[in-house]
Amino acid sequence: MALLEVKNVTKQFGGLTALNDVSFSVEKGEIRGLIGPNGAGKSTMFKNIAGFYTPTKGEVIYDGQNIAGAHPCKVSGMGLVRTFQETTLFDEMSVFENALVGCHMTARSNLFSAIFGSDRQRQKIAAEKTMDVLEFMGLADRKDQLASELPLGSQRALAMAISLNADPKVLLMDEPFAGMNPEETNHMMDLTRKLQDKGITIVLVEHDMKAVMGLCGYLTVLCFGSLLAEGTPEEIRNNEKVIQAYLGGGS
Amino acid sequence: MSIKNLIICIVILAGLVALPHFLAYNFQDLLIFLAVNVLVVVSYRLVTLTGEWSLIHVVMMGVGAYASAMLSKMAGFPFWISMPIAGLTAATIAALLCFPLFRMTQFYFLIGSFAAGEAIRLVWIYFIDPFGGSSGINNLPPPELGDIDFYEPIPYFYMTLIIVTISLFILYRIEKSRVGLTLNAVHWKAPLAESVGVDTWKYRSLALIVGSFFVGIAGALKVHYLGVVTPHQFGIGVMVFVLIWVIVGGYASFVGPIIGVVVLTVFDQGLRASGIVDPAVQPAVYGAVLIASILFMPEGLEGIGKRFFSKSSGENA
Ligand SMILES: Nc1ncnc2c1ncn2[C@@H]1O[C@H](COP(=O)(O)OP(=O)(O)OP(=O)(O)O)[C@@H](O)[C@H]1O
Ligand SMILES: [Mg+2]
Repeated sequence: MALLEVKNVTKQFGGLTALNDVSFSVEKGEIRGLIGPNGAGKSTMFKNIAGFYTPTKGEVIYDGQNIAGAHPCKVSGMGLVRTFQETTLFDEMSVFENALVGCHMTARSNLFSAIFGSDRQRQKIAAEKTMDVLEFMGLADRKDQLASELPLGSQRALAMAISLNADPKVLLMDEPFAGMNPEETNHMMDLTRKLQDKGITIVLVEHDMKAVMGLCGYLTVLCFGSLLAEGTPEEIRNNEKVIQAYLGGGS
Repeated sequence: MSIKNLIICIVILAGLVALPHFLAYNFQDLLIFLAVNVLVVVSYRLVTLTGEWSLIHVVMMGVGAYASAMLSKMAGFPFWISMPIAGLTAATIAALLCFPLFRMTQFYFLIGSFAAGEAIRLVWIYFIDPFGGSSGINNLPPPELGDIDFYEPIPYFYMTLIIVTISLFILYRIEKSRVGLTLNAVHWKAPLAESVGVDTWKYRSLALIVGSFFVGIAGALKVHYLGVVTPHQFGIGVMVFVLIWVIVGGYASFVGPIIGVVVLTVFDQGLRASGIVDPAVQPAVYGAVLIASILFMPEGLEGIGKRFFSKSSGENA
């Protein structure tokens, strides 16, 4: 059974139909590409899956449960974590603190332990785990800098670090390579493969076709809110409808 | 807390223990209110940590004050029991208010909290039984402990100092803990916090409830010294003073609001004693101070201090 199954999801904003009866499913362990021209509804799809929007119609089945309309914090607590298309960080907090917030589910404390410091051990483990993640993302030596002072490429990496620290089972990555130079992109692609090796299922929204084709085993294409095509990178590259959509829609 | 900060705290506390003996009687009174106001601004800061500025804080102080006043006057509870219940009552009312209030954010939250506060004040004014209407409840008994005379300002100040110090310590611990980190996260980017499992609604509520608990205690401390509680002690005018103290002091750090309330109180008294300005125009002076501080020191007095001494005691959260 698929780990994540989107079933007939429709999302309307007033009169605008941003998603129209879209269905697809993602198997455990894969890197799935979700592509389409600007405004196709990719980010809207992520928000519907992660609980930030409630689908007008349809279901989102994750791990056998319908999570459509569940609160974002519930969804992420179940291991389904999204990243943001726009660089989204806790600007006035340090790199370390940013990443530290990520492990909320395993390290959160209550008032009692906050006041009496009774969960010091757990906080120590959380800090170590956070350092490991920063190390993995190549941010360890910048840990005391303010997030807002980082160069854009590092900010994108930090956003990833926050999500990774939440121990995702499924990671919805919304244009993670936007704003990165080719070198950073290559590095991030390696990291993404390593995440797959760790057993994290990834859904990737990305306009950088080289990265998408290089990483994803299977692609789902959206256009004007509807499912246009599905297939391997090879099939999609030669799909008449997809070529048409990209040429027509521009991107 | 670093060793350096610990030493600073001990020195300040020792100074505060000695201070009232060098002051005239009416300034000893003032010291008590100052200590109470310190608790008011620091508990308010906890509420603002999530980024929501409420206008109900002073009314919550009143909720605590009324609870303690009624329990001690009508049910004969000793202060030592009515005071913690004052905190719990304010916390409970705050918890109930979370449902309507946190459906709103920012400007709407500000107005909503103001409206809720005014509604509570109307209840006190309108229901003469049991709240005493406009004139409130008077002849409140002072605390009793052995043969200490709590009608005298110095013993009352020492008691207030102990309770406020413990409260500040707890609030400090909360802010520097993971709970404080999460409150800050909710402030800076609520959606990002939610994306890693933070229940932002719960944390906003927590800040309001805990802040209200401590300001409820502050309310009890204030009215049992005055011996009277009235609705006018907790009006929006007082709330404006709290905002000015917090903003002028600098709300970005733990010590900022404390500096604000202390400096402005001393400034206020100096102004009064100097007789330069008519007491009637004092609010205008305060307004000018607020405008000037927003224009010229956006980080507040604390920010200026930090620029002079490379690193201040209030590490920025
Ligand atoms: N909150 C909203 N209210 C109204 N319309 C919206 C909202 N969010 C998205 N839309 C609309 O839905 C459509 C899909 O937007 P979406 O952001 O999902 O596109 P996208 O595929 O992520 O595009 P891009 O590649 O540019 O990021 C767009 O026409 C957009 O204007
Ligand atoms: Mg998008």
